[in-house]
Amino acid sequence: MIRVCGVEDVPLGEGRAVLVGGTRVAVFRAEDGWFALDAACPHRGGPLADGIVARRTVICPLHERRFDLATGQERSSGSYCAAVHRVEVRGQDVYLEAPPDRLDDLTLAASTERSA
Amino acid sequence: MSGPGIVVVGGGIAGQGVVEALRDRDREVPITLICGEPRLPYDRVRLSELLASDEGPDALTLRPEEWFADRDVRVLTDRRVARISLEGRAVELEDGETLAYAQLVLATGSRPLLPPIPGIDLAGVYAFRGPEDCDAIRLAAASPEVCSAAVIGGGLLGLEAARGIVAQGCPVTVVHLMGRVMERQLDAGAAELLLPRLRELGVEVLLERETVAIVGDERVQRVRFRGGKELDADLVVVSIGIRPEASLARETGLRCERGIVVDDEMRTSAPEVIAVGECAEHRGVVYGLVAPILEQAKVAAATLLGRPGGPYRGSVPSARLKVAGIDLVAIGAAEGEGEAISVDAGAGIYRKLVVRDGVAAGAVLLGDVRGSEALLAEIAAAEPVPDPLARLAAAAALGPEDLPDTAQICNCNTVAKGELIAAVTEGGCATPREVMARTRAGTGCGSCRASVIAIVAAATGGLNDEPAYLCACERQTREELAAEIREGGWRSVGEVAQACRTGRECGACKPALAYLVSEVNDNLHREERHARFINDRVHANIQRDGTFSVVPRIHGGVVTPDQLRRIADAADKYKVPMVKVTGGQRIDLLGVRKQDLPAIWRDLGMTSGFAYSKAVRTVKTCVGTDFCRYGLGDSIGLGIEMERAWEGLHTPHKVKSGVSGCPRNCAEATVKDIGVIALEDAWQVRVGGAAGGSVREGDVLCTVQTRAEALRVTTAFLQYYRENAEYKERTYDFVPRVGLDQVREAVLGERSSAALLERLRIAKAATRDPWLERDAPYHPRQFGDLDEALEDEPSLVGPPADGGL
Repeated sequence: MIRVCGVEDVPLGEGRAVLVGGTRVAVFRAEDGWFALDAACPHRGGPLADGIVARRTVICPLHERRFDLATGQERSSGSYCAAVHRVEVRGQDVYLEAPPDRLDDLTLAASTERSA
Repeated sequence: MSGPGIVVVGGGIAGQGVVEALRDRDREVPITLICGEPRLPYDRVRLSELLASDEGPDALTLRPEEWFADRDVRVLTDRRVARISLEGRAVELEDGETLAYAQLVLATGSRPLLPPIPGIDLAGVYAFRGPEDCDAIRLAAASPEVCSAAVIGGGLLGLEAARGIVAQGCPVTVVHLMGRVMERQLDAGAAELLLPRLRELGVEVLLERETVAIVGDERVQRVRFRGGKELDADLVVVSIGIRPEASLARETGLRCERGIVVDDEMRTSAPEVIAVGECAEHRGVVYGLVAPILEQAKVAAATLLGRPGGPYRGSVPSARLKVAGIDLVAIGAAEGEGEAISVDAGAGIYRKLVVRDGVAAGAVLLGDVRGSEALLAEIAAAEPVPDPLARLAAAAALGPEDLPDTAQICNCNTVAKGELIAAVTEGGCATPREVMARTRAGTGCGSCRASVIAIVAAATGGLNDEPAYLCACERQTREELAAEIREGGWRSVGEVAQACRTGRECGACKPALAYLVSEVNDNLHREERHARFINDRVHANIQRDGTFSVVPRIHGGVVTPDQLRRIADAADKYKVPMVKVTGGQRIDLLGVRKQDLPAIWRDLGMTSGFAYSKAVRTVKTCVGTDFCRYGLGDSIGLGIEMERAWEGLHTPHKVKSGVSGCPRNCAEATVKDIGVIALEDAWQVRVGGAAGGSVREGDVLCTVQTRAEALRVTTAFLQYYRENAEYKERTYDFVPRVGLDQVREAVLGERSSAALLERLRIAKAATRDPWLERDAPYHPRQFGDLDEALEDEPSLVGPPADGGL
């Protein structure tokens, strides 16, 4: 896992974005704990880190889609889902599991296809 | 649940209708509902409302997730059936999973018809069927690159689509093949009457035009008609009709004509397979309206459970619609041998009763739908009508309170007046909202809501107003919360959340609560930024790409060459992609990165214009007496005075003002939230005007003799609005809601106005220019992301001791 910031770098009840392994990730410090989602809203790419955070949800600032921070699922309609990343707090430091490199993923998928 | 039960294919209104009808009668039988779309069943009929609003598709969800869980209904979303095995009594999903069934319901609905013309695949051409189409059309219509739109098809859905596009600010032309719009529901007279009303709304209509091609390189640019004429359009919505989605049934070998053929018990040619809704064809008719489909769903449920319920004998087609903001009811036949018509063309009212063989056979009511419930009952019962004109007039005199208990109020969910009253008297419901949740009345197309509210009001003894909740999750109103805040002495959103749970669950009301806490505390509250929308955390307006716009305060629209130079220099230095003069006489720097905000503010050396916030925005002025040869009063002087007196104050919704120096009214003060117009030796003060999504002429609050009085009265009104409006309620909704008389009493009364001015003075004294946070940020990472933190040692700086949660 990669250390992305200190606990105090994210104000309580807000989110902040960070670039990790080629992926932009939004890290949230919510009432129910720390969460991390892909930073771009799956609806229209809005910056989720700038959203309004409640106990366990975030509302995208652009079109007010609301996402569950733990599952990434858009609440009630379930039309969209944001990728979830594992986040862990050790002492005063916040760690993020490096998201798999998207490029490697594609290469891997392509080579699997060829071998199949 | 065990054993194969009932599998319902299709999560539309029909599929959901069958599930509800089954569970009304049987709590045990296992039910699986397969929805092809990635969402729970929703009210497709109201999709056009979505287009004209900013709401997400959630607003249309018919039942929440818990409803299905509580009733043991298994729901699969985003899953499609690949094939059906009649012998094996199983459906195979596209992902390979197989589900066994004892009985199968096909509610596959319909798909939009797309004409096989060249260019139909171009970018910018949409069908109008699901929330995704709706989103795409809305976005396209609001985008600056799209200058004009065309809707192909002048049926109900096409007109609704056109209305939604106009609401996004994009001019639109409806192109229709036939000689009149909505030819299926309207006769020639009513269709004729609709045209001027559509034009008023900004919807142009071209009749008898056959579209033969859609033209463009990659994106659509024009549509071409037979005969060669063309119409410019960079957005095209195709809405020429629907076709029953029967392909799955056809591949399975079930008997199909236009739709899946069903008998009076809704059985297909395989007796254990039922079909319901827009995919089904009953006695040669495919129904596309909600009421008949829900009738079918009830018959289908009875058949599935082996209980008497049917037979289904067809429905009197009856549609109650809102087209282009006009009420319309079309029942049964639109034309016949005997017709009684009453028209008031000026008022846009057209009422017609159709008689065949001496009995009521149909009605068209446009603009005035009074008595429609009574007429529907008569037409369904084929009652004899000796004098149609007298009957029509009598029906108009009937209000919902005059109707018999058996009269059907909600067509979509077939709810009778008696059921609404029983929900109050026996069910213990106290508000229209509760009655609607219990009976489902008003939850279909929504057009009967006014009647439902009137009936519930009568039944509950006049309790008419549904409270507007500030926090919908906790059902708390603004008044209740304001009282709690005063009583508890709460100074922050966190304290209120702790004490009352407000805003904790979904967070949507946090900005409203933040405003309320600040207002009750005269701005001497404890600020918590997590409760503010991003714009009020970084004091700039978020744009679609996540950048921000910066608008410095320019009092009264009067600017110095030095300020202009600094704005130009800042635009160069920060490579601002667009500099735009706004409608409020200011300059907007668009596309600034969040981390550049503090520096650009420093370079500008001007104060925040609050263009991003629900706050005092601009005071627009005309040139007034200094230069204009017509000016009667110093509009610039007063405008600047007003803006200086109010700047920095937050308000329930934005407040745009204007001061004109003479009745020529070049500052458009008649359509501002607060407007002042100089007359000969006097100033006229108007409030509650609007010229945006809605247009409203401001009410004349008073006419005063001096400039100082004008400033005092407008300031008192501003404070009255700050204290009494609901969050997100503009003055043009607020003033009519509370009534001009009450506004006058508070704002013009000597003692009450003095108190208002005093409270505003205290609140104003506690404001400061938020752009000063460039040097004293609220949090070290207020404007930054974490990328720099990656390099840093763990930060030792915490949030301000007084400011965190």
